[in-house]
Amino acid sequence: MNGTTYDVERVRADFPILSTQVRGKRLAFLDTAASAQRPNAVIEAVAHYERTQHANVHRGVYLLSQQATDAFEGARRRVQRFLNAASEREIIFTRGTTESINLVAQSWGRSLAAGDEILISWMEHHANIVPWQMLCERSGAVLKVIPIDRRGELDMQAFERLLSPRTRLVAMTQVSNSLGTITPLAAIIAAAKANGSLVLVDGAQAVAHQRIDLQALGCDFYAFSSHKLYGPTGIGVLWAREAVLEQMPPWQGGGDMIRTVSFSKTTYNDLPYRFEAGTPNISGAIGLAAAIDYLDSLGLEAVAAHEHGLLQRATSALLDIPGLQIIGEAEHKTGVISFTLEGVHPHDLGTILDTLGVAVRAGHHCAMPVMDFFDVPATARASFGCYTNDADIEQLLDALHRAREVFG
Amino acid sequence: MDLKDLYRDVILDHNKNPRNFGKLDPCDTSADGHNPLCGDRLTLTLRLEGDRVSDIRFDGKGCAISTASASLMTEAVKGLDARAIAALRGLVHDTLTASGDSAVPHGLGKLAALAGVREYPARVKCASLCWHTLNAALAHRDGTAAVSTE
Repeated sequence: MNGTTYDVERVRADFPILSTQVRGKRLAFLDTAASAQRPNAVIEAVAHYERTQHANVHRGVYLLSQQATDAFEGARRRVQRFLNAASEREIIFTRGTTESINLVAQSWGRSLAAGDEILISWMEHHANIVPWQMLCERSGAVLKVIPIDRRGELDMQAFERLLSPRTRLVAMTQVSNSLGTITPLAAIIAAAKANGSLVLVDGAQAVAHQRIDLQALGCDFYAFSSHKLYGPTGIGVLWAREAVLEQMPPWQGGGDMIRTVSFSKTTYNDLPYRFEAGTPNISGAIGLAAAIDYLDSLGLEAVAAHEHGLLQRATSALLDIPGLQIIGEAEHKTGVISFTLEGVHPHDLGTILDTLGVAVRAGHHCAMPVMDFFDVPATARASFGCYTNDADIEQLLDALHRAREVFG
Repeated sequence: MDLKDLYRDVILDHNKNPRNFGKLDPCDTSADGHNPLCGDRLTLTLRLEGDRVSDIRFDGKGCAISTASASLMTEAVKGLDARAIAALRGLVHDTLTASGDSAVPHGLGKLAALAGVREYPARVKCASLCWHTLNAALAHRDGTAAVSTE
């Protein structure tokens, strides 16, 4: 049906949670944009580390600690290869996208002065809004917002107008978590570079759905979370250009980020450790590397094509339901469909779907400005991953018909 | 758990045709309730005779659970004094938060229709927003009050 040899049933067999039941019903997990499920390969990699390799990293002289360090640093190199970053010194492990962006706001942000400008878009997740608001409060910098249109596309003419000599940073999502819009990053980065502005990309919703080549992309910061990529929660990555990182002060003090400590003077460690204070999430990094191996074994391009087929089929089937409105109809989208159903509040919809085994997100998706723009209190959102199949979509459609009956 | 245990006919009816909907003008006390996580908003306006609620209306936007709960509440508390309302509020609270297999308390009348909410902890706030708001309106009788579930 989607013209590829992608075997989604074989993929589904790799995810044990997909064969569980919820409320006595088959689970149709359609909330991958919030957090993806984990394949056996990730679960087993984490368990293997915990059972046989755990010790603190970068510290011990004994064999276990060396093994743990090798596995942890191996994960860093795996991330570097996955993103085609120039150097592993540019890969900083964080707790996730949110912490990655906060790191940039806290550390790089210290170079901002009153009157400097940060440019974001209307469709950012709160994690790419609030750290900049806090930075503006501290520094006197000004936050500017690129508007969107009714289809959920970025207003590129407004973007060009908003770029100014004071624009120090453009902080932009690669894919909107609430609308599914893929932003025209190449054009944005080219214009920002020509303007002398740095670019931060929130890659949380992109990294598991398209191939990322950081050296080709040309941004300065890239943030993502492991758990959107079929890896564990509590671990993510900030990638930043080495020349930019070299100019940034440490943001948290503690172990691992120092070279020497005395009461008169402390010297800081090299990259990337200077930005990794304290014992890191070792098992998380190992799980993330296993998730990348897994995704590469499926082929990111094949996964993306599979998800695109689902998006097209689900979009046209949903639009056949009377009273259903899709919020976010950009030309280029990932497998994310936000929608409302006339006469049924999104939270009631979420609950009804839940009773029928369908897990969707219902709410503001941490993107309240987007909800305000479309004048809805909330939406329901179905989102797809490598394991989503047509039976999941059918179950969603059946549940929506049931919701219309109940509220009819 | 069947869908109809939560979305009972009484709830669907009160969602579609909310009772005592609108605003009393003038009123003796009022309060705004807001559930920032859902976006549910509710305004209560009341007329009082001493500490007895002689009339009450609600206005706002919300999900079926919050709308029906507010509608049922306005019917239930009209004519009651503050003490009787506090007792009823306690019963509703117990009903919403009790474990699934415990009996629904007596004396709830039509409010018993909300008992299915207990199976959905994420939705308890929807049903209780109006009661928090009523509490605020009665506690600040000489002005307007605002409450939030967060």
